[in-house]
Amino acid sequence: MVVAKASDPGVDRIFHALADGTRRDILALAVGGRYSVSALAKRYPMSFAAVQKHVAVLEGAGLITKEQRGRERLVHTDVDTVQRARMVLNGIEELWRARVDRIDDLLATEKRTTGGKR
Amino acid sequence: MSVTSVEKDPESLTMTVTADLDATVERAWQLWADPRQFERWWGPPGYPATVIDHDLRAGGRITFFMAGTDGEHHDSTWEVIAADPPRHLELRDADVDHDGRPNDGNAMTAMIITIDERDGGGAVMAIRTHFDSQAGMEEHLARGFEEGMRMVFSQIEAVLAGTPA
Repeated sequence: MVVAKASDPGVDRIFHALADGTRRDILALAVGGRYSVSALAKRYPMSFAAVQKHVAVLEGAGLITKEQRGRERLVHTDVDTVQRARMVLNGIEELWRARVDRIDDLLATEKRTTGGKR
Repeated sequence: MSVTSVEKDPESLTMTVTADLDATVERAWQLWADPRQFERWWGPPGYPATVIDHDLRAGGRITFFMAGTDGEHHDSTWEVIAADPPRHLELRDADVDHDGRPNDGNAMTAMIITIDERDGGGAVMAIRTHFDSQAGMEEHLARGFEEGMRMVFSQIEAVLAGTPA
């Protein structure tokens, strides 16, 4: 598994790409790699160009790849990259959990040394 | 574990952490209001925070740095947007250029802290963090990178669970 370095500028692009409902929807659809851009475009009440733009943002973030299959270019979700984004969010959560643990320790130490008075 | 909930919202770029504390509301407020207290919990072991200025009034500033044993150094400046002891505090990363972008390499974030009595005793503290950008989330994590990432490697959730159709 690829581990995200927080200093990796790619993480910024990943979050930007994920901050849009249509793009998240496209990602979910493209897991199986069965859709071309035009097939995707038919599913949304927006222009082909608009869908193509969403796909380009996802591709730029490395969240999807395109592969030539016969006459079609199919869109495929890159599962490793999606995992990286989730890891960053999970990492921030852990950061705060650890802070609260330290607060608990601080309060507990104080209770022991002052008999709970303050 | 006293964290009772963590709400992550990549869409609105917010994260809300709620925790039960074995303390009075006034005591919980001191975690923020007393710089020596703040220094003891903000940074992870090996990367502690040192507070330089600490003026916890609306319009006031808090400046501190974090320094690691490996030479890592990180400065932060926060503006106090609101301070209503002992229940409500709003802080925002303050060191920005004329476009409102952080000019010190820091992430631009805002934090809203609320502290209330908990039913049955103790206090409930909620910290809502607003990230200015996706990069802000990344920056925030970078400051606690070692600590934050170490624990999550083994517990990755289902890949697309967070990207619903």
